[in-house]
Amino acid sequence: MKKRMVSLALCLGLLGSLGSGMVAQAEEEGKVINIYVWNDEWQNKFNANYPEVDSTSKDKSVTYLKDGTEVHWIINPNQDGVYQQKLDEALVKQADASADEKIDLFLVEADYALKYIDPDVDVAMPISELGITADDIANQYKYTQEAVTTADGEIRGLSYQATPGMLVYRRSIAKEVLGSDDPETVGAAVADWDKFYETADKMKEAGYYMYSGRADTYRVYSNNVSAPWVDGFDVVVDPNMMNWVDRSMEDTENGINHKVGGQWTDEWNKDMGPDSKVFCFFLPAWGLDVCIKPNVTDTDAAEDWAVCPSPQSFYWGGTWLIACRGTDNPEHLKDIMLKMTADTDILRNLAVNNGEMSNDQPLMEELAESPDFGIDLLSGQNYIGVLSEAAANISLANVSPYDQGCTEEFQNAFGDYFNGVIDLDTAKANFETAIHERYPELAMGTVKWPE
Amino acid sequence: MKKHKGVSYAKWGYIFILPFFLTYAIFSLIPLVDTIRNSFYTYFYSGLKVVGPTWAGLGNYKELLSADLPKYAWNTFVMWILGFVPQICVALLLAAWFTDARFKIRGKQFFKVVIYLPNLIMASAFAMLFFALFSNTGPVNNILVSTGVVGEAIRFMESTLGARSLVALMNFLMWFGNSTIMLMAAIMGINPSVFEAAELDGCTQSQKFFKITLPQIRPLLTYTLITSLIGGLQMFDVPQILTNGQGAPDRTTMTLIMFLNKHLQAKNYGMAGALSVYLFVISAVLCFFVFKMNTDSDPDGSKAAAKRAKRAKKGGLA
Repeated sequence: MKKRMVSLALCLGLLGSLGSGMVAQAEEEGKVINIYVWNDEWQNKFNANYPEVDSTSKDKSVTYLKDGTEVHWIINPNQDGVYQQKLDEALVKQADASADEKIDLFLVEADYALKYIDPDVDVAMPISELGITADDIANQYKYTQEAVTTADGEIRGLSYQATPGMLVYRRSIAKEVLGSDDPETVGAAVADWDKFYETADKMKEAGYYMYSGRADTYRVYSNNVSAPWVDGFDVVVDPNMMNWVDRSMEDTENGINHKVGGQWTDEWNKDMGPDSKVFCFFLPAWGLDVCIKPNVTDTDAAEDWAVCPSPQSFYWGGTWLIACRGTDNPEHLKDIMLKMTADTDILRNLAVNNGEMSNDQPLMEELAESPDFGIDLLSGQNYIGVLSEAAANISLANVSPYDQGCTEEFQNAFGDYFNGVIDLDTAKANFETAIHERYPELAMGTVKWPE
Repeated sequence: MKKHKGVSYAKWGYIFILPFFLTYAIFSLIPLVDTIRNSFYTYFYSGLKVVGPTWAGLGNYKELLSADLPKYAWNTFVMWILGFVPQICVALLLAAWFTDARFKIRGKQFFKVVIYLPNLIMASAFAMLFFALFSNTGPVNNILVSTGVVGEAIRFMESTLGARSLVALMNFLMWFGNSTIMLMAAIMGINPSVFEAAELDGCTQSQKFFKITLPQIRPLLTYTLITSLIGGLQMFDVPQILTNGQGAPDRTTMTLIMFLNKHLQAKNYGMAGALSVYLFVISAVLCFFVFKMNTDSDPDGSKAAAKRAKRAKKGGLA
């Protein structure tokens, strides 16, 4: 009985989809824009800033534009590759999907952007096909364009942000332990790793933790490697990654960090909260708004933060908008991509309201000099100055399409080692198992560990 | 010869059962055959590009055996048995109490509903709840630390024993109610006059339980054991959610289905197919036993009696 009902429902569903498909094809520009994202960060920025937005549905899953077009948001979490999995499934069906079901725009992160901009798989439309010219995006940081430029010289995505990293610290703890919360003083106390650990010892003596957990320092090490993760089918573990392992183990044993197992967890959020004893976090500009702010809004720690340069430069993340091959809304996409990544007014709003390091070099340089610019979270400190030099020096030369998997599996495998459950060799073996499981083609090669 | 012209209703029978066989073929049989076919090929996605399918023979099967398959089978078994032993013990105890006419427990229906309730919660939601409860800064640790039971928070999910015990505890909580109700039905099927007679002869409670109840419900106990074993073989949602799909720590809570899921996530259809075939074979063997038990080919015991007689005859001749 149940099965018969299912088959009946399927038949009805099939009829329904046929009907809607026919209606949609009659239109010039599609009535529905499907956007794949992994959280509501960009969705909120879009709803708040895109001038054509009229209203949103109650559950926020649909944004209505003024011309009646509906923007449908399809959200799948990034963790464990779920977002990529769902996106891949939809991309495979893209050719057969009805116009309203086709993906029009999707977002990618630096860790796996290369997988999607590959011209051979051809799912990312070059921006030139949308009619976006080099002049339109002249103000953007060059690295954000180079990162998504393919061998044929085409740019296949646009970003609204630059993501150099910085050290975000608590003013109250700095005052108590270092005697001052001034970014210059604190910056000098963490100017390199030696000084950073001198300060860390002081923090420990005063009963504080220098940082939250090993995942916080991970990017600082993984961005300063000498080669990409994968060479052919071989996974090459950089010596600097083993430096991270050694240092993290030492810090965990010495109580320099708070032994938090990962990021985006409840524990990590609590470490950013008002009752925490953790001194600093390694974050890019978007971290101010996305990570710290939600944990301290309306508490004593709401303005207890300041930023200074990290002991070693790094970047984290970066989100690119990619127009999907097969879209029926090229005109809308051109406008959305240009407005959201190259419109100076909107980018200024993102910087002022969201603490974003916007992808507009002259604007950022102007804001860096501006005495009026500052955000409440940092007690009015102008953080752009700290970042603008670092932003100009970012290079994504050492990324590979496998970075998200390598990053997650490396941290997972060695997490057990830091927790004292397994020894180093078992952790290495577990990493090899996990990475070969996740990327079957890499099982054809080996994992090379530094001497 | 006169041809008999009757109305054949048989074809309507076939037409009416056709939808089932059609849906079964489309949604079960074809995928099943496809899975078995895939298991002999090297066939996966590298990014968005397809690799294969190329013939690999039994390569996938061999690789799985030489890799970690036995380890994950062991993990699954350990977590199942850790949950099953308390589950069956508690269920037996509760079933015996609830069915005993002497106890006159009030609100029996209420308790039956309450112990069954955890089974109604979605396993993933249940696992999320436990993940929050037993996290390093969660309520359980808060209570333990603030009452001074432990000095520092217990990091449950970071030790093998802790993580496995949590999974077992959840499985136990979810399924003991179900077993209780099944066993109650079995016990109530025993003729009450047997108990009465035993009581008249001065039988104690424990004698009653071990000498009458247990032997009488043995077939149902075996059934519970095997269905639970099949269920345990498919254990997936609880450890998956509790460990974020990692089977942490040191892959000791990685079950067979989580392992299968890893291959499916990697779009490694060949390897996932081979693993599925292994699981299919094990499940089939277990199902065979259930089937054997449920289809009684000797309802009145005459066949067994004949056998015994035959054997006795043989013995007598020799």
